[in-house]
This record gives sequence, C-alpha cells and structure tokens, in this order.
Amino acid sequence: MAEAEVRNFTINFGPQHPAAHGVLRLVMELDGEVVERVDPHIGLLHRGTEKLIEYKTYLQAVPYFDRLDYVAPMNQEHAFALGVERLLGIDIPRRGQLIRVLYAEIGRILSHLLNVTTQAMDVGALTPPLWGFEPREELMVFYEGASGSRMHAGYVRPGGVHQDLPQKLLDDIYAFCERFPKQLDDIEGLLTDNRIFKQRNVDIGVVSLEDAFAWGFSGVMVRGSGGAWDLRKSQPYECYDELDFDIPVGKNGDCYDRYLIRMREMHESVRLMKQCIELMQPGPVSSIDGKIVPPSRDNMKGSMEALIHHFKLYTEGYHVPAGEVYSAVEAPKGEFGVYLVSDGSNKPYRCKIRAPGFAHLQSMNFMCKGHLLADCSAILGSMDVVFGEVDR
Amino acid sequence: MIEALQELSDHIQATLAETIAKATIVHGELTLVVEAEDILRVLKFLRDDSQCRFVCFIDICGVDYPQRENRFDVVYHLLSPTQNLRIRVKLETHEARQVPSVSSLFAGAEWFEREAFDLYGILFSNHPDLRRLLTDYGFRGHPLRKDFPLTGYVEVRYDDEEKRVVYEPVKLAQEFRSFDFESPWEGAEYLLPGDEKADQNP
Repeated sequence: MAEAEVRNFTINFGPQHPAAHGVLRLVMELDGEVVERVDPHIGLLHRGTEKLIEYKTYLQAVPYFDRLDYVAPMNQEHAFALGVERLLGIDIPRRGQLIRVLYAEIGRILSHLLNVTTQAMDVGALTPPLWGFEPREELMVFYEGASGSRMHAGYVRPGGVHQDLPQKLLDDIYAFCERFPKQLDDIEGLLTDNRIFKQRNVDIGVVSLEDAFAWGFSGVMVRGSGGAWDLRKSQPYECYDELDFDIPVGKNGDCYDRYLIRMREMHESVRLMKQCIELMQPGPVSSIDGKIVPPSRDNMKGSMEALIHHFKLYTEGYHVPAGEVYSAVEAPKGEFGVYLVSDGSNKPYRCKIRAPGFAHLQSMNFMCKGHLLADCSAILGSMDVVFGEVDR
Repeated sequence: MIEALQELSDHIQATLAETIAKATIVHGELTLVVEAEDILRVLKFLRDDSQCRFVCFIDICGVDYPQRENRFDVVYHLLSPTQNLRIRVKLETHEARQVPSVSSLFAGAEWFEREAFDLYGILFSNHPDLRRLLTDYGFRGHPLRKDFPLTGYVEVRYDDEEKRVVYEPVKLAQEFRSFDFESPWEGAEYLLPGDEKADQNP
C-alpha cells in the first residue's frame, strides 16, 4: 500500500467570522482537526487612539475611551479619570464615587452578559443571547438616562461625573436589581448543567496560575485559574473598600470555570449596585474646583466668573502638572490600565492604554495548541476579547 | 503602601546597586531607571527574588522625546500579586540601539514589544518574531513618533474600476488645524515701555 503524503493544512479563521467577536484574522495550521499553531493577525480595527489623544485636551480624550471596549464604556473612562485625578491631586465627592461604582458595575454586567451568552452561542446554544440581550438593553437605557447615550457615554470625567442622577433613575435601577437575579438564574438553568455546554467547555483551554501571570492575564482569566486577585479588593479605588462583596475564584482554569465566575460576578455586581443606591446621599457629584470641572449650565448663565471658567475649560482645558502615573481599574475583562505622561501642558504627552484583551489574545497560540479546531472558538469566546480595545 | 515601596526600593538598590541609575517614588509609584543592557538581569531579579515576586507582567510601552539624544523611553510595568505592589522600570534607547527582549522571562512581553517596534521603531534583540502588529500590512513609518503627522501619509479606498483597495497620498479638504490655546489663566503679562526700570535700584 502506497503511503499517502500527509501535510498540515493552513486555514484562515476570519477576518469576518461570527465567532471571532469582531475583526480578527487567525492563521491556523491544522494537523487533521488538531490545531498546531495559531497566528492572530490583529489591527484591523486600529484607529490610532493613542496618537489622537496626544492631540486632544484631557477632556476631549474622554470619549475615545468609550470606543475601546465598547460593551462596557464607562469602565475605561474611569481608569483615565483616576489617572488624571492622581496627577492633579484632587478628590471626588462621595456621591460622585458612588455613581462611578454604580455605573462600573452596570458596565460589568453589560460585558459579562454579552460574553457569557455569545460564548454559549459559539458552542451551539442560541437561546441564551436572546434572553441575555433583553436585560442588557434595559441597562443601556440606564446609561442613556445618565449620559444621554446608550453606549458612548462620555460620563465619567476627570473630577467626577458629568451630571447628577435623578431619583427616578435610581429607583428604576433598584427595581432592575430586584428582578435581574431571576433572569440570570434562568440563563444559568439553560447552561450550567447543560450536557452539551459542559462537553464543549470543561477542561478546554486550561491555564495554570503561573502561566496566567507570565502571559499578563488579569481579571477573570486569573481568577479562573485559582488566583484570588481582584483590584477592587486588593488595591481598592473609589469606595470599593467600604462595600461588601465577594470575589468568586475558580479551581481548574478552564473555560467552564471562567463561565461560572462571570455568572457569579454578575450576582455580586447586583449586590454592589444595590449598596451604592442605598448609600447615596444628596451632594455634589464632581469636584468643586472651578479650574478643573466646568460650571453648570445654569450657573454659567448668571455668573461672569463661571462664564470665564466655562470658556477657558472648553477651549484651552486645564493644565496637568508634569509627571507620570499608571492607574488601573478592574474592568470586566481584566486589568484596564492607563499610563499617562504629562509634560505640564493641557494635552497628554503620552497615553498608553493597557487593554486586558490584548494580553489575553496573544496567548491564543499557547492556549489552542493541541486542541481541536472547534475548541478554538470556545477558548476565544471565554477570553472575552473585544477588538475595540485590542486594536485601539 | 509608601513604606512598603520604600523598603522594596532599598532592598532592590542594596542588591542591584550598580545597575539602578535612579529610584524614585512619585504618586505612590516606584520607578527604577536602568541601562538597556541590564534590563534582563533586573527583571529576572524582580521576578525571582523572594521579597519582590513581580511575576505578573503588565505592560511594555515606548515614549518618544525627539529632542533627546536617546529619544525613546521603554517603560516596563510589573505587578507583584503576593506583595500587592507595582513597579515601573524605565530605560533609554534610540533608533539604532537594540534593547534585549524580555519575552524569555515573561511570555506575555512578545506582543507588547512587537507593538513598541511597530509604533515607535524600537528594536528588540532576540525577539522571536519582531513583525508589525497593529498597522496595515506593508505600512511604512512608525506612527506614534512625535514627528509622524497625525493625518499620516497615505489613505485607502476601494477602487471600483480596478476592483481592489488602492493606496493614495492623503488629500484633505481642509488641513488639520491644531489650535494653540496655550496661555496662562491669568492672561499675558503686559510690560509697558519703561516698566523694567521700576525694579532697578536708582
């Protein structure tokens, strides 16, 4: 019998593929159905955000952060605002902090809902996204109520948040928190004990904690591997240290553990949101330093000084003292960091955006090697990448 | 937090005395300045030393200062989950000088170094795969350098006659306008002729 010549097969996964969660091109080398090598080609959504920010004032840079991880926009703005505030040395009033935490947790639910349900779709379940997108839409209405925009909020600004929340909106969010856990349980009922879902996720894409740290993983990717590491607990910012919440930690470091953690984190987020609303007292929502935060519209119409401030802040902007700072928040996808270098002018000299998805995606080769082709989409889904932040 | 950083800084300086050019703590962050040749040694120490344990790789990025002789800063950020501390290591380099790649120490450094190469043209020696990462296939130049124009040099469009995407020099209907709002809050200091005599002793 003549020996057939066996050769590896190279295929293109993407750039337009429903399981790529955006525009990702994976060049895969296959031995039969087993993946030998994965070479991700990214940058198809590169918009030069960091370059653009160098040409904008600090306030004008805020909307660019919405467009990074566009499924949880305010968490990015938050990291930038924290960095600028540390350089400026200003503190945020209590109510502003609570609103920031409230919306950071809404962003976490937004992101996790999208990820959990679409990952389920990648492995063959169609119902979860249909169920998950309904509460997601409600949360976007809360975004809209605060900022006027469903996604690109521009709401968390250096100095605080842009505007105060009406009591009606807080009541609506609280009512949502009351009924959302039930909806979450429904989705869990579909997936957690689902035989097919488990077959596709358990023991797939296992990462050890040591590898996870060396690859620069953070967030759920570290917690899934058993690392009890969450910036909200270990390096608390805003008022997280006063709030009561738990950090779920996985054991096996596989896709299924990461799914379980995301589900559990949504319950914790609801707890945090409720606490924020309960703790909220009337008061200012942003720093009252007139040289940094623009005056209210009302004030501007009546006060000459406020008018001058308004004019100066929206043309020249404020000057940030020279220095460098790295500020990070626990974004839904992991540690989102901003490294800001200021030269003392009104524009950032350098603004490096450290996106969690970037570090996660580069390990595709490491994580997929030896898995079957179909597992790649399960692994990619459980990494939770969004190309807005990977490509910047 | 600050005391822990100070202690750590003293410990690192005591052990790696000759390689640390400067160690500062500003805004609650420890920054070490080292020479490019020593970076592997310093990061290996920071990763493996029992008092440091900076095992979590965070970030590598470039910063461009065109007026300097060594125009680039390469900035490394690391995190120690056991000590709950962060550290920043900086080094200076220029276009022609190679920086040793740290991807042998931290697997995650590979893409971050590729990105710095792509956007700044910083060269890393012993890097397994130093290709462009974020920019287009066949892109020329390093876009984050301060002397690279914001609008770039080429733009793309789909040409219906040629049935393919074509590259053309950038044509803008209006030039990019960078407004200079730089002026002090209090307004300019207007000196009237003769005012300078006021401070002089008669």
